[in-house]
Amino acid sequence: MSIGELARPFAIKLPAVMKHLDVLSASGLITRSKRGRVVAVRIAPEPMREAMDWLRRYERFWSARLDRLTVFAEAEEAKAAPIETQEPAA
Amino acid sequence: MTSLTLVRRIAARPSIVFEALTTPDGIACWWGPDDGPVLLAETDVRVGGRFRVRFRMLDGSEHESTGEYTEVVKPTRLAMSWRWTHGGEPVEAGEVSRIEIDLRPIDIGTELTFTHSRLQTDASRNSHKEGWTGAFDKLERRFTSDRP
Repeated sequence: MSIGELARPFAIKLPAVMKHLDVLSASGLITRSKRGRVVAVRIAPEPMREAMDWLRRYERFWSARLDRLTVFAEAEEAKAAPIETQEPAA
Repeated sequence: MTSLTLVRRIAARPSIVFEALTTPDGIACWWGPDDGPVLLAETDVRVGGRFRVRFRMLDGSEHESTGEYTEVVKPTRLAMSWRWTHGGEPVEAGEVSRIEIDLRPIDIGTELTFTHSRLQTDASRNSHKEGWTGAFDKLERRFTSDRP
């Protein structure tokens, strides 16, 4: 992608976009190469893939746990609150 | 910063959810990722206090994680550092991450917002140093939402 194409969807000025790209580049997340007058920006697949792997791993890990936590807490609530949730006598 | 946020709506009041998250008896009931047992759960629920949880999975492997509570606001907020000390993910050896849990009272009980943030990859360390925040988050959201 060229910098112009990349900047189009964002409501910030080109110099601000360049600044963000500098940071992404320093972090190893993108690479830039110049072809004539166009600077092409590419996502560096390795750090990005590594971050996505981390996200996937922990999404599975915590989803399963939070499901179990939910079941457990709801059972505790059911034990704790029979009087408070009782319907008033008609 | 790479971070994962999950939200659950739970039909239990915040104080009960908070207990489930912080007491050894509570943790023992849900921490294992499969039906393997939680072998050990220790918590010292105060700022600067530590927790340690060890579990065995059905494949026989044992995993232990530990961390330190950095914020304790009963029954609405918990923040803690988190790392594997045994088993876990070998690629993350020595990596410290951060967990934040917010409990908000809602009509049916509690809305739990769980965030696990990764702090110490080379990329995120550099980006912290540069004081950069929004751009990667935006980029990441784009990729996350494109995921099948």
